[in-house]
Amino acid sequence: MSNNKTLMDAEAVESLVDIMAGKIWTLLNEREISNPLMIGIRTGGVWLAEMLHRELGLEESLGTLDISFYRDDFTQIGMNPEVHPSDLPVPVDDRHIILIDDVLHTGRTIRAALNEIFDYGRPASIILATLVDRSGRELPIQPDIIGLHPELEQDQHITLIGPDPLGLVIGSKTNRSSRGDEQGKDA
Amino acid sequence: MSHSNRTLQLDEEQRLLHFLTIDGLGKEILTEILDTSEGFTGVSERTIKKVPLCRGKVVANLFFENSTRTRTTFELAAKRLSADVLNLNISASAASKGETLLDTLHNLEAMHVDMFIVRHASSGAAHFIAQHADRGVGVINAGDGRHAHPTQAMLDMFTIRRHKGEFVGLRVAIVGDILHSRVARSQILALNSLGVSEVRVVAPRTLLPSDARSLGVHVYHDMEEGVRDVDVIIMLRLQKERMQGTLLPSEHEYFSLFGLTERRLALADSEAIVMHPGPINRGVEMDSKVADGAQSVILQQVSYGIAIRMAVISMVIGTQNLRMQEVAG
Repeated sequence: MSNNKTLMDAEAVESLVDIMAGKIWTLLNEREISNPLMIGIRTGGVWLAEMLHRELGLEESLGTLDISFYRDDFTQIGMNPEVHPSDLPVPVDDRHIILIDDVLHTGRTIRAALNEIFDYGRPASIILATLVDRSGRELPIQPDIIGLHPELEQDQHITLIGPDPLGLVIGSKTNRSSRGDEQGKDA
Repeated sequence: MSHSNRTLQLDEEQRLLHFLTIDGLGKEILTEILDTSEGFTGVSERTIKKVPLCRGKVVANLFFENSTRTRTTFELAAKRLSADVLNLNISASAASKGETLLDTLHNLEAMHVDMFIVRHASSGAAHFIAQHADRGVGVINAGDGRHAHPTQAMLDMFTIRRHKGEFVGLRVAIVGDILHSRVARSQILALNSLGVSEVRVVAPRTLLPSDARSLGVHVYHDMEEGVRDVDVIIMLRLQKERMQGTLLPSEHEYFSLFGLTERRLALADSEAIVMHPGPINRGVEMDSKVADGAQSVILQQVSYGIAIRMAVISMVIGTQNLRMQEVAG
């Protein structure tokens, strides 16, 4: 991990989150959505969701999702040893959801998150907001709100580190299969 | 035994291959089981009480000995992981036709079963099956003879952690038939591995193994002394058949000496919790007022049993998947 370089420090990430909050606000108004339910995907998505939740002054408590039980690569990687319970504070039926993640890459994490949400109930709509939208999509999943769209080589990875301080780092792919690593958070 | 148990149950990267006994398993893997179970607790409260983790896997419940509750919670756990479940009551089928254990095993393997959950009256049955099962097939011990009942012990550890937070500093008393109890044996190993301060066993001399102290416990023959100031009281089930032998005088006398009453419970820490693996003999092991009282967590143990079994099943299936890939790769 020695070849990592910082793309953005905490201050830069925070101003990006400010911009995202503004875009979310506009989109909610356009769609005439009030009292949405915000859900962060563990781990980076939860850090961002906490900031956005505060900034937008949302009334409903923040939900968190751990998609470990919905991953499509369970047979390749086994059980994530650091799984946490998902926590949705209220039923999702007929609710407008804002789903937050740090990096949108292959789209597989979001596929898993959507499947998990639908096991809780049937939401009215889902808006996807990600801090980073990078190339390399393997599924037809697109974000509604993005903070940053960096040009990256296929072998480069971009990661949100945190929670205190937050930062965006870029590095080239290392062997990330070892146990205890945060598994495929750029997926 | 500890070393061979460790190598049979864990792969080179300390992942769970089978779950047969607590013996040989360290604090790290036991904590991983508890943490993973924590992740599964919410699944039972959702609209769709299922996760897709083990979709397409076949889990066979091989019960050579009857146990409605244990079999049901294993079945529910496997179904909540989206696995397909076969329930085989062997005592009523193959065994009575003269089929050997290995024949039964190989027949099921020919049906591409991915996991065996084994309950057997003989100690070591689950080990035997694990040693003879095909590569890629995981085995979980659901109770073998007097030997071990590791998932019961882990759901007890989970219950304790949920109520007490930490294991360090706790005093735990296990009361009843220690001699014949696979549950007690597994609990003692788990409690010591997780680092509780003091494990006590409270029992008449006839229901204690002669080498009790070598298990790493403090032995009490007096109930009042045994439960004084403890944080957790685990009552064991007294098998009715013990009463017919010479080990105990009568149910009534057992209750008067070792039964948990409100008066005795008051000697423990004021926040102490009361546990029991079930089913309870009311008026033998404990008073109904205690069983249904505010300090009883007996029904929570049952709920947590599903999360623990989901964790162990998914961890074992996950590791066995990886093992098959290593062969393929």
